[in-house]
Amino acid sequence: MSSDNIKLLKNPFNLSNPITVQVLGICSALAVTVQMKPALIMALSVTIVTGFSNLIISLLRNTIPSRIRIIVQLVVIAALVIIVDQLLKAYVYDVSKKLSVFVGLIITNCILMGRLEAFAMSNKPIPSFIDGIGNGIGYGLILVLVAFLRELFGSGKIYGYQVVPQFLYDLGYENNGLMILPPMALIIIGIIIWVQRSYNPNLIEK
Amino acid sequence: MESLFNLFVKSIFIDNMIFAYFLGMCSYLAVSKTVKTSFGLGIAVTFVLLITVPVNWLLDNYMLKAGALSWLGDDFKGVDLSFLSFIMFIAVIAAIVQLVEMVIEKYSPPLYNALGIFLPLIAVNCAILGGALFMQEREYQTISEATVYAAGSGIGWFLAIISIAAIREKISYSNIPPALRGLGITFIITGLMAIAFMSFMGIKL
Amino acid sequence: MHSNTYIFIYSSVLVIIVAAILSFTAIQLQPIQSHNIKIEKMQNILNSANIENNVKDAEELYNKYIKSAIAVNSNGEILNVENAFSIDIPLEYKKKESERQLPLFICVKDNGDTNIIVPLRGKGLWGPIWGYIALKNDYNTIEGAIFDHKGETPGLGAEIDTKSFQAQFTNKQIYDETGVFTSIKLVKGGANKDDMHGVDAISGGTITSDGVTHMLKDNLSLYSSYFEKEKNLKQ
Repeated sequence: MSSDNIKLLKNPFNLSNPITVQVLGICSALAVTVQMKPALIMALSVTIVTGFSNLIISLLRNTIPSRIRIIVQLVVIAALVIIVDQLLKAYVYDVSKKLSVFVGLIITNCILMGRLEAFAMSNKPIPSFIDGIGNGIGYGLILVLVAFLRELFGSGKIYGYQVVPQFLYDLGYENNGLMILPPMALIIIGIIIWVQRSYNPNLIEK
Repeated sequence: MESLFNLFVKSIFIDNMIFAYFLGMCSYLAVSKTVKTSFGLGIAVTFVLLITVPVNWLLDNYMLKAGALSWLGDDFKGVDLSFLSFIMFIAVIAAIVQLVEMVIEKYSPPLYNALGIFLPLIAVNCAILGGALFMQEREYQTISEATVYAAGSGIGWFLAIISIAAIREKISYSNIPPALRGLGITFIITGLMAIAFMSFMGIKL
Repeated sequence: MHSNTYIFIYSSVLVIIVAAILSFTAIQLQPIQSHNIKIEKMQNILNSANIENNVKDAEELYNKYIKSAIAVNSNGEILNVENAFSIDIPLEYKKKESERQLPLFICVKDNGDTNIIVPLRGKGLWGPIWGYIALKNDYNTIEGAIFDHKGETPGLGAEIDTKSFQAQFTNKQIYDETGVFTSIKLVKGGANKDDMHGVDAISGGTITSDGVTHMLKDNLSLYSSYFEKEKNLKQ
């Protein structure tokens, strides 16, 4: 893999992270970060959809009439999301129940449209595909991190396994019920942004 | 009647699109720098929700659901097109947004100037598709329920963006740690507002 | 700039391709998906009667223990239904009470005990809640119950699907000493220990708890004329 491609893949992990830097795609995802398993599946689904939609749109980019550009993009994304949704329903039924409408909301995940417009419409298929995968993973990283913190402090578990030992509960430790509730997801992301920007001062907004 | 009112209050305060489900976050964060533009976007979202949710309800109940096509005759009773719902909903939303844009442009230029730039953004606003998907998931029985739900959700979204914009206008004068400025603090404030909104859950409906 | 004809043809071709791919996937995956739903239902039924099972052996155990599935109406008459297992409960729930087909499942365990399993459906805070409740063969004492929900608040209303909540129902009774139907109530702030008709509600999940109370009462009362007939037959 050439160094350009590696950069395309890696940049979204930190310096141009879709969530914390580009501010894209917060919409559909935070509600699935109560536990790690749904968050991981969600991250995987989004990565697949961003990768392939970037690839397909980039292949089609010279044929798409500009007037119906947005609709074409939406149709491609929606079709991919439906396929992912059907696969989830068939093979990981219990998780698909938890994700419920949020799989559908991948369609309007701004990362997708954002990357299609900003990258796939003007680049070759292979770099576009890598860009899509990179952004999907960058997005997934944040998702999984938030889910990790919420599951650990909210229910004392990691990926469904109890990790906070019983004797701590006996000593009076309690799970933090607030972590399970939606507002904490926002606050955790705020803190992640704070930490990230303290390490990368050039990301700080004026 | 009473249950419709309950649904209305519930969808504004308890089921708030932003604070409970994070829907429409992208435009919420991007556009909430001033109250004036937030006002425009808020109205536009409410407006589009109010049109698309009932239309999608009709679509869902007379075309997509299992058995929904039975009005075509007994042969169609077993047809289940619900796997197409995502693509149908988003197509309806995109088409309606386009249509609304054209109608407004023709008949009310001042309104178009106020809303115009937001309308294309709205097609990909998660709150709109979210409205349609929640409508489907929660199995609202009548079109009036769906409409009331749409109105409530829109107003809830409107309230949320207006209030964060007002706060953001004020905090631009505060001394925030540099790394937290802008996006970071907005997230945290939204989180705190969401906690405040959670207290509405205590309302007995 | 592309011409209108081009745009028109382009979009038609796109729509046809997409539709073909989607229908193909949907048809291919349909059997697996309906199998999942069937297995889940079987697991729910078995769980309510406290029969250990997992995704793999659920079908086998179901066929072994569930001796029959019948449907009754609210007057307690047994209906002539071919496959009571596949009665669509959400659909029945929308009908008038007197017109509903009410499925129930008879389970005979290894030790010879008979359980009668009744499906439940109601409304929680955000959306539908449902469950199954298994009664011992006195049509009164509860063997076990399970509940599930679509989107109740995690940590609050969603607690209804936890084992610790569901375990409370075991050995409670739905009729009082004089034989009057009383159902089970979820009591806010904790039920009295010797209350045979009450369990602890979920703290912070008042609306969901009330939903469960109503669900139990509404659904079980429909079956109560059937239960009474059966009880009279026994005596």
